Amino acid sequence: MNTIKRILGIFWLLAGPAAIALLIYEAWARITANPVQDVYLPWVIIITIFTPIAIGLMIFGYYALRGEYDS
Amino acid sequence: MKKSNQTLYSVIGASSLGTLIEWYDFYIFGSLSKTISDKFFPSANPTAAFLSTLATFAAGFIVRPFGALVFGRLGDLLGRKYTFLVTLVIMGGSTFCIGLIPGYETFKAAPIVILLLRLLQGLALGGEYGGAATYVAEHAPENRRGYFTSWIQTTATLGLFVSLAVILCCQTMLGKDAFNDWGWRIPFLLSIVLVGVSVVIRLKMHESPLFTQLKAEGKVSKNPLKESFGHKANLKMVLLALFGATMGQGVVWYTGQFYAQTFLLNTCAIDATQVNTWIGIALLLGTPFFVVFGALSDKIGRKTIMLAGMLIAIVSYRAIFSQFYSYADLSKKTEVTALLSYSKTETMGDAGERTVHSTTLHTYTDSSKYAETVTQTFTVKNGAEQAGIAKTAKSVTLSSSYAPKVVGLMFLLVLFVTMVYGPIAAFLVELFPTHIRYTSMSLPYHIGNGVFGGLVPFIGVLLYEYSKTPAAPQGDILAGLWYPIGVAALCFVIGLLYVSTRQPKHS
Repeated sequence: MNTIKRILGIFWLLAGPAAIALLIYEAWARITANPVQDVYLPWVIIITIFTPIAIGLMIFGYYALRGEYDS
Repeated sequence: MKKSNQTLYSVIGASSLGTLIEWYDFYIFGSLSKTISDKFFPSANPTAAFLSTLATFAAGFIVRPFGALVFGRLGDLLGRKYTFLVTLVIMGGSTFCIGLIPGYETFKAAPIVILLLRLLQGLALGGEYGGAATYVAEHAPENRRGYFTSWIQTTATLGLFVSLAVILCCQTMLGKDAFNDWGWRIPFLLSIVLVGVSVVIRLKMHESPLFTQLKAEGKVSKNPLKESFGHKANLKMVLLALFGATMGQGVVWYTGQFYAQTFLLNTCAIDATQVNTWIGIALLLGTPFFVVFGALSDKIGRKTIMLAGMLIAIVSYRAIFSQFYSYADLSKKTEVTALLSYSKTETMGDAGERTVHSTTLHTYTDSSKYAETVTQTFTVKNGAEQAGIAKTAKSVTLSSSYAPKVVGLMFLLVLFVTMVYGPIAAFLVELFPTHIRYTSMSLPYHIGNGVFGGLVPFIGVLLYEYSKTPAAPQGDILAGLWYPIGVAALCFVIGLLYVSTRQPKHS
Protein backbone atom coordinates (compact mmCIF):
# COMPACT_ATOMS: atom_id res chain seq x y z
CA MET A 1 0.00 0.00 0.00
CA ASN A 2 2.82 2.37 0.85
CA THR A 3 4.35 1.80 -2.59
CA ILE A 4 1.06 2.72 -4.28
CA LYS A 5 0.82 5.84 -2.14
CA ARG A 6 4.33 6.89 -3.14
CA ILE A 7 3.88 6.13 -6.84
CA LEU A 8 0.62 8.08 -6.90
CA GLY A 9 2.56 10.91 -5.25
CA ILE A 10 4.24 11.45 -8.64
CA PHE A 11 0.79 11.68 -10.22
CA TRP A 12 -0.42 14.31 -7.71
CA LEU A 13 2.84 16.18 -8.12
CA LEU A 14 2.30 16.39 -11.88
CA ALA A 15 -1.48 16.82 -11.71
CA GLY A 16 -1.15 20.32 -10.19
CA PRO A 17 0.76 21.98 -13.07
CA ALA A 18 -1.13 19.86 -15.61
CA ALA A 19 -4.48 21.15 -14.30
CA ILE A 20 -3.32 24.76 -14.47
CA ALA A 21 -1.87 24.29 -17.97
CA LEU A 22 -5.16 22.76 -19.10
CA LEU A 23 -7.17 25.61 -17.58
CA ILE A 24 -4.95 28.25 -19.21
CA TYR A 25 -5.11 26.48 -22.58
CA GLU A 26 -8.90 26.18 -22.39
CA ALA A 27 -9.28 29.79 -21.22
CA TRP A 28 -7.07 31.04 -24.03
CA ALA A 29 -9.09 29.15 -26.63
CA ARG A 30 -12.43 30.40 -25.28
CA ILE A 31 -11.35 34.01 -24.76
CA THR A 32 -9.72 34.42 -28.17
CA ALA A 33 -12.82 32.94 -29.82
CA ASN A 34 -15.13 35.36 -28.00
CA PRO A 35 -13.28 38.14 -26.11
CA VAL A 36 -16.16 39.53 -24.04
CA GLN A 37 -16.46 40.05 -20.29
CA ASP A 38 -18.90 37.17 -19.83
CA VAL A 39 -16.24 34.82 -21.15
CA TYR A 40 -12.95 36.12 -19.76
CA LEU A 41 -14.14 37.12 -16.27
CA PRO A 42 -15.13 33.61 -15.13
CA TRP A 43 -11.90 32.18 -16.52
CA VAL A 44 -9.75 34.78 -14.77
CA ILE A 45 -11.57 34.03 -11.49
CA ILE A 46 -11.20 30.28 -11.90
CA ILE A 47 -7.49 30.36 -12.77
CA THR A 48 -6.70 32.80 -9.95
CA ILE A 49 -8.43 30.61 -7.40
CA PHE A 50 -7.21 27.24 -8.54
CA THR A 51 -3.52 28.13 -8.97
CA PRO A 52 -2.67 28.15 -5.22
CA ILE A 53 -4.77 25.00 -4.79
CA ALA A 54 -2.81 23.29 -7.57
CA ILE A 55 0.41 24.27 -5.79
CA GLY A 56 -1.07 22.66 -2.65
CA LEU A 57 -1.72 19.48 -4.63
CA MET A 58 1.91 19.48 -5.78
CA ILE A 59 3.11 19.78 -2.18
CA PHE A 60 0.74 16.98 -1.22
CA GLY A 61 2.19 14.84 -4.01
CA TYR A 62 5.72 15.66 -2.89
CA TYR A 63 4.93 14.60 0.68
CA ALA A 64 3.28 11.41 -0.59
CA LEU A 65 6.32 10.62 -2.73
CA ARG A 66 8.61 11.17 0.26
CA GLY A 67 6.56 8.69 2.29
CA GLU A 68 5.10 11.22 4.71
CA TYR A 69 1.72 9.45 4.53
CA ASP A 70 3.11 5.92 4.86
CA SER A 71 1.29 3.81 7.41
CA MET B 1 -23.45 13.43 34.77
CA LYS B 2 -26.95 14.77 34.25
CA LYS B 3 -25.77 18.32 34.90
CA SER B 4 -22.80 17.85 32.61
CA ASN B 5 -25.13 16.65 29.84
CA GLN B 6 -27.39 19.65 30.42
CA THR B 7 -24.39 21.96 30.08
CA LEU B 8 -23.33 20.18 26.93
CA TYR B 9 -26.76 20.52 25.35
CA SER B 10 -26.94 24.22 26.26
CA VAL B 11 -23.50 24.65 24.64
CA ILE B 12 -24.75 22.88 21.51
CA GLY B 13 -28.00 24.89 21.50
CA ALA B 14 -26.29 28.26 21.83
CA SER B 15 -23.56 27.44 19.30
CA SER B 16 -25.95 25.91 16.80
CA LEU B 17 -28.41 28.80 16.95
CA GLY B 18 -25.71 31.34 16.10
CA THR B 19 -24.30 29.19 13.31
CA LEU B 20 -27.78 28.57 11.92
CA ILE B 21 -28.42 32.31 11.78
CA GLU B 22 -25.10 32.87 10.01
CA TRP B 23 -26.04 30.27 7.39
CA TYR B 24 -29.49 31.85 7.06
CA ASP B 25 -27.86 35.22 6.42
CA PHE B 26 -25.52 33.71 3.89
CA TYR B 27 -28.16 31.75 2.01
CA ILE B 28 -30.85 34.36 1.54
CA PHE B 29 -28.49 36.12 -0.83
CA GLY B 30 -28.11 32.93 -2.87
CA SER B 31 -31.80 32.09 -2.73
CA LEU B 32 -32.71 35.59 -3.91
CA SER B 33 -29.93 35.76 -6.50
CA LYS B 34 -32.35 36.36 -9.37
CA THR B 35 -34.07 39.26 -7.58
CA ILE B 36 -30.73 40.75 -6.55
CA SER B 37 -29.53 40.40 -10.11
CA ASP B 38 -32.52 42.42 -11.36
CA LYS B 39 -32.19 45.10 -8.68
CA PHE B 40 -28.44 45.62 -8.55
CA PHE B 41 -26.85 44.19 -11.70
CA PRO B 42 -28.72 45.69 -14.66
CA SER B 43 -28.21 44.02 -17.98
CA ALA B 44 -30.18 43.50 -21.15
CA ASN B 45 -28.86 39.95 -21.22
CA PRO B 46 -30.49 37.84 -18.48
CA THR B 47 -27.74 35.20 -18.60
CA ALA B 48 -25.13 37.88 -18.02
CA ALA B 49 -27.11 39.26 -15.10
CA PHE B 50 -27.46 35.77 -13.70
CA LEU B 51 -23.76 35.08 -14.06
CA SER B 52 -22.96 38.40 -12.39
CA THR B 53 -24.96 37.32 -9.39
CA LEU B 54 -23.39 33.91 -9.34
CA ALA B 55 -19.99 35.61 -9.52
CA THR B 56 -20.94 37.70 -6.53
CA PHE B 57 -22.21 34.54 -4.89
CA ALA B 58 -18.88 32.88 -5.64
CA ALA B 59 -17.03 35.91 -4.30
CA GLY B 60 -18.80 35.33 -1.03
CA PHE B 61 -17.51 31.78 -1.02
CA ILE B 62 -14.01 32.57 -2.27
CA VAL B 63 -13.40 35.04 0.52
CA ARG B 64 -14.30 32.42 3.11
CA PRO B 65 -10.78 30.92 3.29
CA PHE B 66 -9.46 34.38 4.16
CA GLY B 67 -12.03 34.61 6.96
CA ALA B 68 -10.81 31.22 8.14
CA LEU B 69 -7.25 32.53 8.40
CA VAL B 70 -8.13 35.86 10.04
CA PHE B 71 -10.61 34.54 12.58
CA GLY B 72 -8.94 31.14 12.98
CA ARG B 73 -5.79 32.92 14.11
CA LEU B 74 -7.78 35.11 16.52
CA GLY B 75 -9.60 32.06 17.86
CA ASP B 76 -6.33 30.29 18.61
CA LEU B 77 -4.81 33.41 20.17
CA LEU B 78 -7.72 34.92 22.10
CA GLY B 79 -10.22 32.11 22.47
CA ARG B 80 -13.14 30.57 20.66
CA LYS B 81 -16.00 32.38 22.39
CA TYR B 82 -15.21 36.01 21.56
CA THR B 83 -14.01 35.22 18.05
CA PHE B 84 -17.20 33.60 16.90
CA LEU B 85 -19.17 36.34 18.63
CA VAL B 86 -17.44 38.92 16.42
CA THR B 87 -18.14 36.89 13.27
CA LEU B 88 -21.84 36.78 14.18
CA VAL B 89 -22.04 40.57 14.53
CA ILE B 90 -20.22 41.16 11.21
CA MET B 91 -22.51 38.72 9.43
CA GLY B 92 -25.72 40.18 10.89
CA GLY B 93 -24.64 43.77 10.21
CA SER B 94 -23.75 43.03 6.57
CA THR B 95 -27.01 41.18 5.92
CA PHE B 96 -29.07 43.96 7.46
CA CYS B 97 -27.25 46.56 5.32
CA ILE B 98 -27.96 44.61 2.10
CA GLY B 99 -31.65 45.01 2.93
CA LEU B 100 -31.20 48.79 3.13
CA ILE B 101 -29.26 49.47 -0.10
CA PRO B 102 -31.36 51.31 -2.71
CA GLY B 103 -31.65 49.75 -6.16
CA TYR B 104 -29.29 50.59 -9.03
CA GLU B 105 -31.79 52.98 -10.59
CA THR B 106 -31.47 55.41 -7.68
CA PHE B 107 -28.01 54.46 -6.38
CA LYS B 108 -25.43 53.80 -9.08
CA ALA B 109 -22.79 52.51 -6.64
CA ALA B 110 -25.17 49.79 -5.45
CA PRO B 111 -23.41 46.88 -7.27
CA ILE B 112 -20.05 47.59 -5.65
CA VAL B 113 -21.60 48.15 -2.20
CA ILE B 114 -23.50 44.88 -2.48
CA LEU B 115 -20.33 43.10 -3.55
CA LEU B 116 -18.41 44.51 -0.54
CA LEU B 117 -21.17 43.49 1.87
CA ARG B 118 -21.21 40.04 0.32
CA LEU B 119 -17.46 39.79 0.84
CA LEU B 120 -17.93 40.73 4.51
CA GLN B 121 -20.52 37.97 4.81
CA GLY B 122 -18.05 35.46 3.39
CA LEU B 123 -15.31 36.67 5.73
CA ALA B 124 -17.59 36.26 8.76
CA LEU B 125 -18.74 32.80 7.72
CA GLY B 126 -15.10 31.79 7.26
CA GLY B 127 -14.54 32.49 10.93
CA GLU B 128 -17.80 31.17 12.33
CA TYR B 129 -17.94 27.49 11.46
CA GLY B 130 -14.49 26.49 12.72
CA GLY B 131 -15.18 28.28 15.99
CA ALA B 132 -18.54 26.62 16.55
CA ALA B 133 -17.30 23.14 15.63
CA THR B 134 -14.17 23.49 17.76
CA TYR B 135 -16.14 24.94 20.67
CA VAL B 136 -18.66 22.09 20.74
CA ALA B 137 -16.01 19.39 20.15
CA GLU B 138 -13.90 20.70 23.01
CA HIS B 139 -16.88 20.35 25.36
CA ALA B 140 -17.85 16.87 24.16
CA PRO B 141 -16.51 13.52 25.42
CA GLU B 142 -14.00 12.05 22.95
CA ASN B 143 -16.02 8.92 22.18
CA ARG B 144 -19.14 10.94 21.25
CA ARG B 145 -17.67 13.83 19.30
CA GLY B 146 -19.28 12.72 16.06
CA TYR B 147 -22.71 12.79 17.65
CA PHE B 148 -22.36 16.12 19.44
CA THR B 149 -20.67 18.02 16.59
CA SER B 150 -23.25 16.69 14.13
CA TRP B 151 -25.74 19.13 15.66
CA ILE B 152 -23.56 21.94 14.35
CA GLN B 153 -23.63 20.17 10.97
CA THR B 154 -27.42 20.38 10.85
CA THR B 155 -27.30 24.19 11.00
CA ALA B 156 -26.17 24.67 7.41
CA THR B 157 -29.16 22.76 6.05
CA LEU B 158 -31.56 24.23 8.58
CA GLY B 159 -30.24 27.70 7.74
CA LEU B 160 -31.08 27.05 4.10
CA PHE B 161 -34.48 25.70 5.09
CA VAL B 162 -35.26 28.74 7.27
CA SER B 163 -34.15 31.09 4.49
CA LEU B 164 -36.43 29.34 1.98
CA ALA B 165 -39.32 29.32 4.49
CA VAL B 166 -38.97 33.04 5.24
CA ILE B 167 -38.83 33.85 1.52
CA LEU B 168 -41.88 31.69 0.79
CA CYS B 169 -43.83 33.26 3.68
CA CYS B 170 -42.99 36.76 2.47
CA GLN B 171 -43.91 35.86 -1.13
CA THR B 172 -47.21 34.33 -0.04
CA MET B 173 -48.20 37.18 2.27
CA LEU B 174 -47.17 40.04 0.00
CA GLY B 175 -47.82 38.55 -3.42
CA LYS B 176 -45.13 38.13 -6.08
CA ASP B 177 -45.25 41.72 -7.37
CA ALA B 178 -44.88 43.39 -3.99
CA PHE B 179 -42.24 40.87 -3.00
CA ASN B 180 -40.19 41.55 -6.11
CA ASP B 181 -40.68 45.29 -5.66
CA TRP B 182 -39.71 45.71 -1.98
CA GLY B 183 -40.68 42.60 0.00
CA TRP B 184 -37.39 40.80 -0.80
CA ARG B 185 -35.74 43.19 1.67
CA ILE B 186 -37.64 41.72 4.64
CA PRO B 187 -35.58 38.48 4.96
CA PHE B 188 -32.41 40.60 5.04
CA LEU B 189 -33.75 43.09 7.58
CA LEU B 190 -35.09 40.30 9.79
CA SER B 191 -31.53 39.12 10.31
CA ILE B 192 -30.72 41.90 12.77
CA VAL B 193 -33.37 40.60 15.20
CA LEU B 194 -32.13 36.99 14.93
CA VAL B 195 -28.50 38.01 15.38
CA GLY B 196 -29.40 40.20 18.38
CA VAL B 197 -31.02 37.23 20.14
CA SER B 198 -28.08 34.96 19.35
CA VAL B 199 -25.49 37.48 20.56
CA VAL B 200 -27.27 37.77 23.92
CA ILE B 201 -27.27 33.97 24.28
CA ARG B 202 -23.64 33.58 23.26
CA LEU B 203 -22.49 36.31 25.67
CA LYS B 204 -23.66 34.09 28.54
CA MET B 205 -21.51 31.15 27.41
CA HIS B 206 -18.10 30.25 28.88
CA GLU B 207 -14.85 29.69 27.03
CA SER B 208 -14.07 26.14 25.87
CA PRO B 209 -12.56 24.07 28.73
CA LEU B 210 -9.63 22.82 26.62
CA PHE B 211 -8.69 26.33 25.52
CA THR B 212 -9.07 27.62 29.10
CA GLN B 213 -6.73 24.87 30.29
CA LEU B 214 -4.26 25.68 27.51
CA LYS B 215 -4.30 29.33 28.50
CA ALA B 216 -3.83 28.52 32.19
CA GLU B 217 -0.80 26.39 31.31
CA GLY B 218 0.64 29.14 29.10
CA LYS B 219 0.58 26.83 26.05
CA VAL B 220 -1.44 29.06 23.73
CA SER B 221 0.15 29.27 20.28
CA LYS B 222 2.16 32.44 19.68
CA ASN B 223 1.84 32.27 15.91
CA PRO B 224 -1.01 29.94 14.82
CA LEU B 225 -0.55 30.65 11.10
CA LYS B 226 3.13 29.72 11.15
CA GLU B 227 2.53 26.64 13.28
CA SER B 228 -0.38 25.52 11.12
CA PHE B 229 1.08 26.01 7.68
CA GLY B 230 4.80 26.52 8.24
CA HIS B 231 5.51 23.19 9.91
CA LYS B 232 5.54 20.10 7.74
CA ALA B 233 3.96 17.84 10.36
CA ASN B 234 0.81 19.98 10.45
CA LEU B 235 0.79 21.20 6.83
CA LYS B 236 0.67 17.64 5.53
CA MET B 237 -2.47 17.03 7.62
CA VAL B 238 -4.04 20.28 6.35
CA LEU B 239 -3.43 19.13 2.76
CA LEU B 240 -4.76 15.66 3.53
CA ALA B 241 -7.88 17.16 5.10
CA LEU B 242 -8.44 19.25 1.97
CA PHE B 243 -7.72 16.74 -0.79
CA GLY B 244 -8.85 13.62 1.05
CA ALA B 245 -12.04 14.88 2.68
CA THR B 246 -13.35 18.45 2.45
CA MET B 247 -12.89 18.85 -1.32
CA GLY B 248 -15.23 15.95 -2.09
CA GLN B 249 -17.54 16.72 0.79
CA GLY B 250 -17.88 20.30 -0.46
CA VAL B 251 -18.94 19.38 -4.00
CA VAL B 252 -21.38 16.72 -2.79
CA TRP B 253 -22.94 19.19 -0.39
CA TYR B 254 -23.33 22.02 -2.89
CA THR B 255 -24.53 19.74 -5.66
CA GLY B 256 -27.24 18.30 -3.41
CA GLN B 257 -28.44 21.54 -1.95
CA PHE B 258 -27.66 24.25 -4.48
CA TYR B 259 -26.87 22.91 -7.92
CA ALA B 260 -30.05 20.84 -7.74
CA GLN B 261 -32.02 24.02 -7.06
CA THR B 262 -30.29 25.92 -9.89
CA PHE B 263 -30.88 22.95 -12.21
CA LEU B 264 -34.60 22.67 -11.39
CA LEU B 265 -35.13 26.43 -11.69
CA ASN B 266 -33.05 27.26 -14.74
CA THR B 267 -32.46 24.10 -16.76
CA CYS B 268 -35.86 22.50 -16.09
CA ALA B 269 -37.61 25.93 -15.74
CA ILE B 270 -39.87 24.57 -12.99
CA ASP B 271 -41.90 27.15 -11.06
CA ALA B 272 -39.84 28.69 -8.21
CA THR B 273 -42.47 28.26 -5.50
CA GLN B 274 -42.87 24.60 -6.39
CA VAL B 275 -39.10 24.00 -6.41
CA ASN B 276 -38.49 25.78 -3.12
CA THR B 277 -41.38 23.98 -1.40
CA TRP B 278 -40.19 20.54 -2.51
CA ILE B 279 -36.57 21.28 -1.62
CA GLY B 280 -37.74 22.53 1.78
CA ILE B 281 -39.60 19.27 2.45
CA ALA B 282 -36.60 17.16 1.37
CA LEU B 283 -34.28 19.19 3.60
CA LEU B 284 -36.56 18.72 6.58
CA LEU B 285 -36.79 14.96 5.99
CA GLY B 286 -33.05 14.63 5.47
CA THR B 287 -31.75 16.81 8.31
CA PRO B 288 -32.04 14.21 11.15
CA PHE B 289 -29.60 12.03 9.23
CA PHE B 290 -26.76 14.45 9.99
CA VAL B 291 -27.10 13.34 13.59
CA VAL B 292 -27.61 9.68 12.62
CA PHE B 293 -24.40 9.57 10.55
CA GLY B 294 -22.52 11.75 13.06
CA ALA B 295 -23.38 9.27 15.83
CA LEU B 296 -22.63 6.30 13.57
CA SER B 297 -19.18 7.74 12.85
CA ASP B 298 -18.37 7.41 16.57
CA LYS B 299 -18.89 3.66 16.17
CA ILE B 300 -17.66 2.70 12.70
CA GLY B 301 -15.33 5.60 11.90
CA ARG B 302 -15.62 8.91 10.06
CA LYS B 303 -13.76 7.82 6.92
CA THR B 304 -16.04 4.89 6.07
CA ILE B 305 -19.22 6.95 6.13
CA MET B 306 -17.82 9.97 4.31
CA LEU B 307 -16.25 7.94 1.51
CA ALA B 308 -19.38 5.81 1.12
CA GLY B 309 -21.43 9.00 0.71
CA MET B 310 -19.02 10.31 -1.91
CA LEU B 311 -19.02 7.05 -3.88
CA ILE B 312 -22.81 6.72 -3.98
CA ALA B 313 -23.08 10.36 -5.08
CA ILE B 314 -20.52 9.87 -7.86
CA VAL B 315 -22.34 6.89 -9.37
CA SER B 316 -25.89 8.20 -9.02
CA TYR B 317 -25.75 11.92 -9.85
CA ARG B 318 -26.31 11.64 -13.59
CA ALA B 319 -29.24 9.27 -13.18
CA ILE B 320 -30.94 11.50 -10.60
CA PHE B 321 -30.54 14.74 -12.54
CA SER B 322 -31.57 13.07 -15.76
CA GLN B 323 -34.77 11.98 -14.01
CA PHE B 324 -35.39 15.56 -12.83
CA TYR B 325 -35.10 16.77 -16.39
CA SER B 326 -37.44 14.12 -17.74
CA TYR B 327 -40.21 15.27 -15.36
CA ALA B 328 -40.20 18.76 -16.90
CA ASP B 329 -39.44 17.68 -20.47
CA LEU B 330 -42.41 19.02 -22.44
CA SER B 331 -41.51 16.98 -25.52
CA LYS B 332 -42.51 13.88 -23.57
CA LYS B 333 -45.89 15.29 -22.55
CA THR B 334 -49.13 15.40 -24.53
CA GLU B 335 -50.78 18.79 -24.75
CA VAL B 336 -54.53 19.24 -24.34
CA THR B 337 -54.97 21.73 -27.19
CA ALA B 338 -58.55 22.53 -26.18
CA LEU B 339 -57.19 24.09 -22.97
CA LEU B 340 -54.65 26.34 -24.69
CA SER B 341 -55.20 29.88 -23.49
CA TYR B 342 -53.81 33.38 -24.00
CA SER B 343 -53.92 36.40 -21.74
CA LYS B 344 -52.64 39.93 -22.09
CA THR B 345 -52.23 42.58 -19.40
CA GLU B 346 -50.94 46.13 -19.57
CA THR B 347 -49.48 48.26 -16.82
CA MET B 348 -48.50 51.93 -16.90
CA GLY B 349 -45.28 53.01 -15.19
CA ASP B 350 -44.62 56.29 -13.33
CA ALA B 351 -42.64 57.68 -16.28
CA GLY B 352 -45.50 56.97 -18.70
CA GLU B 353 -44.00 53.76 -20.06
CA ARG B 354 -46.40 50.97 -21.03
CA THR B 355 -45.53 47.38 -20.18
CA VAL B 356 -47.34 44.56 -21.93
CA HIS B 357 -47.34 41.02 -20.53
CA SER B 358 -48.55 38.38 -23.01
CA THR B 359 -48.94 34.91 -21.55
CA THR B 360 -49.57 31.67 -23.40
CA LEU B 361 -50.65 28.83 -21.14
CA HIS B 362 -50.31 25.22 -22.30
CA THR B 363 -51.94 22.39 -20.34
CA TYR B 364 -50.89 18.75 -20.61
CA THR B 365 -52.65 15.47 -20.02
CA ASP B 366 -50.77 14.87 -16.77
CA SER B 367 -52.14 18.26 -15.49
CA SER B 368 -48.76 19.97 -15.77
CA LYS B 369 -48.84 23.50 -17.13
CA TYR B 370 -46.38 25.52 -19.14
CA ALA B 371 -46.60 29.31 -19.20
CA GLU B 372 -44.61 31.45 -21.58
CA THR B 373 -44.78 35.14 -20.75
CA VAL B 374 -43.40 37.76 -23.10
CA THR B 375 -42.88 41.14 -21.44
CA GLN B 376 -42.26 44.21 -23.55
CA THR B 377 -41.99 47.81 -22.43
CA PHE B 378 -42.95 50.71 -24.71
CA THR B 379 -41.62 54.19 -23.99
CA VAL B 380 -42.64 57.46 -25.61
CA LYS B 381 -39.81 59.50 -27.11
CA ASN B 382 -40.36 62.61 -29.25
CA GLY B 383 -44.03 61.83 -29.48
CA ALA B 384 -43.44 58.34 -30.88
CA GLU B 385 -43.76 55.07 -29.02
CA GLN B 386 -40.61 52.93 -29.05
CA ALA B 387 -40.60 49.24 -28.18
CA GLY B 388 -37.98 47.89 -25.81
CA ILE B 389 -36.37 44.46 -25.95
CA ALA B 390 -38.91 41.71 -25.31
CA LYS B 391 -38.12 39.38 -22.41
CA THR B 392 -39.45 35.86 -22.36
CA ALA B 393 -40.04 33.99 -19.10
CA LYS B 394 -40.77 30.27 -19.18
CA SER B 395 -42.23 28.39 -16.27
CA VAL B 396 -43.33 24.77 -15.91
CA THR B 397 -45.75 23.99 -13.10
CA LEU B 398 -45.68 20.25 -12.62
CA SER B 399 -48.72 18.28 -11.63
CA SER B 400 -48.88 17.45 -7.91
CA SER B 401 -48.35 13.78 -8.82
CA TYR B 402 -44.68 14.63 -9.37
CA ALA B 403 -44.23 15.91 -5.82
CA PRO B 404 -43.31 12.54 -4.21
CA LYS B 405 -40.91 11.74 -7.06
CA VAL B 406 -39.06 15.08 -6.93
CA VAL B 407 -39.04 15.17 -3.12
CA GLY B 408 -37.82 11.55 -3.05
CA LEU B 409 -34.90 12.27 -5.37
CA MET B 410 -34.09 15.50 -3.53
CA PHE B 411 -34.15 13.53 -0.28
CA LEU B 412 -31.59 11.11 -1.75
CA LEU B 413 -29.33 14.03 -2.66
CA VAL B 414 -29.68 15.42 0.87
CA LEU B 415 -28.95 11.96 2.29
CA PHE B 416 -25.60 11.89 0.43
CA VAL B 417 -24.93 15.32 1.93
CA THR B 418 -25.62 14.05 5.46
CA MET B 419 -23.21 11.12 4.93
CA VAL B 420 -20.30 13.29 3.87
CA TYR B 421 -21.07 16.29 6.05
CA GLY B 422 -22.38 14.76 9.30
CA PRO B 423 -19.02 13.39 10.52
CA ILE B 424 -16.69 16.03 8.98
CA ALA B 425 -16.48 18.39 12.00
CA ALA B 426 -15.37 15.61 14.33
CA PHE B 427 -12.96 14.34 11.65
CA LEU B 428 -11.30 17.75 11.27
CA VAL B 429 -11.22 18.53 14.99
CA GLU B 430 -9.41 15.26 15.75
CA LEU B 431 -6.86 15.84 13.01
CA PHE B 432 -5.30 18.89 14.68
CA PRO B 433 -3.96 19.76 18.17
CA THR B 434 -5.93 22.16 20.40
CA HIS B 435 -3.51 25.11 20.27
CA ILE B 436 -3.80 25.55 16.46
CA ARG B 437 -7.08 23.73 15.87
CA TYR B 438 -9.28 26.71 14.95
CA THR B 439 -6.83 27.88 12.25
CA SER B 440 -5.84 24.45 10.96
CA MET B 441 -9.33 23.02 10.54
CA SER B 442 -10.96 26.21 9.24
CA LEU B 443 -8.78 26.62 6.15
CA PRO B 444 -9.27 23.19 4.54
CA TYR B 445 -12.94 23.28 5.46
CA HIS B 446 -13.52 26.61 3.74
CA ILE B 447 -11.38 25.85 0.70
CA GLY B 448 -13.20 22.54 0.30
CA ASN B 449 -16.64 24.03 0.80
CA GLY B 450 -16.15 27.64 -0.21
CA VAL B 451 -14.02 27.18 -3.31
CA PHE B 452 -14.68 23.64 -4.55
CA GLY B 453 -18.26 23.51 -3.28
CA GLY B 454 -19.26 27.15 -3.70
CA LEU B 455 -18.25 27.14 -7.34
CA VAL B 456 -20.43 24.12 -8.23
CA PRO B 457 -23.40 26.18 -9.53
CA PHE B 458 -21.08 28.65 -11.28
CA ILE B 459 -18.90 26.04 -13.01
CA GLY B 460 -21.97 23.88 -13.62
CA VAL B 461 -23.69 26.66 -15.59
CA LEU B 462 -20.42 27.38 -17.39
CA LEU B 463 -19.92 23.74 -18.45
CA TYR B 464 -23.51 23.55 -19.64
CA GLU B 465 -23.07 26.72 -21.72
CA TYR B 466 -19.85 25.33 -23.21
CA SER B 467 -21.54 22.06 -24.13
CA LYS B 468 -23.71 23.98 -26.60
CA THR B 469 -22.32 23.64 -30.11
CA PRO B 470 -23.72 24.51 -33.55
CA ALA B 471 -24.40 20.79 -34.02
CA ALA B 472 -26.12 20.50 -30.64
CA PRO B 473 -27.47 23.97 -29.74
CA GLN B 474 -29.38 22.60 -26.74
CA GLY B 475 -26.13 21.36 -25.18
CA ASP B 476 -25.72 18.51 -22.73
CA ILE B 477 -28.04 19.33 -19.84
CA LEU B 478 -26.01 17.10 -17.54
CA ALA B 479 -22.61 18.57 -18.52
CA GLY B 480 -22.46 20.65 -15.33
CA LEU B 481 -22.29 17.47 -13.25
CA TRP B 482 -18.84 16.51 -14.54
CA TYR B 483 -17.26 19.02 -12.20
CA PRO B 484 -18.66 17.64 -8.91
CA ILE B 485 -18.30 14.05 -10.14
CA GLY B 486 -14.65 14.58 -11.09
CA VAL B 487 -13.70 16.38 -7.88
CA ALA B 488 -15.53 13.86 -5.68
CA ALA B 489 -13.88 10.95 -7.51
CA LEU B 490 -10.41 12.44 -7.01
CA CYS B 491 -11.15 13.06 -3.33
CA PHE B 492 -12.49 9.52 -2.92
CA VAL B 493 -9.24 8.01 -4.23
CA ILE B 494 -7.05 10.24 -2.03
CA GLY B 495 -9.26 9.66 1.03
CA LEU B 496 -9.32 5.91 0.49
CA LEU B 497 -5.55 5.60 0.14
CA TYR B 498 -4.12 8.26 2.42
CA VAL B 499 -6.60 8.89 5.26
CA SER B 500 -5.80 6.36 7.94
CA THR B 501 -8.51 4.91 10.16
CA ARG B 502 -5.77 4.48 12.76
CA GLN B 503 -4.82 8.15 12.62
CA PRO B 504 -3.78 9.43 16.10
CA LYS B 505 -6.66 11.52 17.45
CA HIS B 506 -6.04 14.81 19.24
CA SER B 507 -7.99 15.49 22.43
